[in-house]
Amino acid sequence: MIVAIASGKGGTGKTTVAASLATIWAGEVLGVDLDVEEPNLHLFLRPAIAGSEMAHMTVPTVAEAQCTYCGACSELCQFKAISVFNQVIITFPEMCHGCGGCIAICPEKALSAGQRELGEISWGQAGGVGFLAGRLRIGEAMSPPLMRRVKARLDQMLAATGGDAIIDAPPGVSCPAVNAVMDSDVILLVTEPTPFGVYDFQLAWEAFTPLGKPMGAVINRAGLGNDAIYRFCQEKGLPILAEIPYDRAIAEAYARGRIIATVSTGLKAIFVSLRDQIRDLAQPNRSREAAHA
Amino acid sequence: MNRIAVTSEGPSLDDQVDPRFGRAAGFVVVDLETMDTQYIDNGQSQVMAQGAGIQAAELVARAGVSCLLTGSVGPKAFQALSAAGIKVGQNLEGLTVRAAVERFKNNQVEIAQAANRAGR
Repeated sequence: MIVAIASGKGGTGKTTVAASLATIWAGEVLGVDLDVEEPNLHLFLRPAIAGSEMAHMTVPTVAEAQCTYCGACSELCQFKAISVFNQVIITFPEMCHGCGGCIAICPEKALSAGQRELGEISWGQAGGVGFLAGRLRIGEAMSPPLMRRVKARLDQMLAATGGDAIIDAPPGVSCPAVNAVMDSDVILLVTEPTPFGVYDFQLAWEAFTPLGKPMGAVINRAGLGNDAIYRFCQEKGLPILAEIPYDRAIAEAYARGRIIATVSTGLKAIFVSLRDQIRDLAQPNRSREAAHA
Repeated sequence: MNRIAVTSEGPSLDDQVDPRFGRAAGFVVVDLETMDTQYIDNGQSQVMAQGAGIQAAELVARAGVSCLLTGSVGPKAFQALSAAGIKVGQNLEGLTVRAAVERFKNNQVEIAQAANRAGR
């Protein structure tokens, strides 16, 4: 099972929830940081890194001596990453989405596969929890290509070891966020009961509902703000799987890089209950009683 | 024959200079001797998610102009226009196309050495 921890608003507690869930999960589990623009899951899981590799995208390289400036590549590219101006051909590698179409279509075979560095993928082990993360190259504009490569490695790792994965997704509702949740079995939306939290939560609910996946809400900093988030969840039939109290002790533990499920037995119980409900959500036909029988 | 292109909100010499290059409504191509004009619609670039400036540069290059007058040009479009050998005159928003062309003819338009707007 793959569980994606997402949110509309940033800073609602995705990483807090992901790190805690991974820690109390029990059984083979991987903590995956797909927030490649600003990965931070490692700050809490503190894995020993076992390996890493650079990820690249194929971009066109021009052998200008062979180019007849026919413009076929330029016409094909909807991103204008390759362009022909009279007797000049130029590429904009940072605009390229890596489809390889220009290389395939060039009648003169003047284009070959070059590379653009996307970022780094690293993996390791944090106690009983496996770890996998992507880190986008500074200056790289697109995060989904790197995320796809992290997910490909995730598939390999899950195929080798079995078990579950908990994905720490990027915030927002645009391509990176959708990319992080689209291959999951369950989506968990973490929010806070503030006006900003509610507004962005609604956007996230709208963005992810068409994916047709089981979804649940986690309300962090419960006790703050108002009851709008509760009304929204009730109206949409979205189950609230956990409430994490608005508590200074949690903020202090977080600031020290601690995993909050380990702070108190009460907090641990919240995450154990959350885990069980996620497992139920993933298998709607299996009641929890039957699973525990 | 010396022809230049001006980003324009409409097809004539009396329309306003469009301050944008990549997402300009269109380009009025002006023959500097006869003041004859030709209009190139840029609608296909306006709807692009990205690369509008590069596509606009392709359109202008195909029109065979020596210089482009506009408001702002981004870095990729500037690179593309430079590659195509087209000079760029910037900061001409607020004028009519005719006024911008007259300024150019009177050597009152500075040829840009770099883009005057950050890329996206």
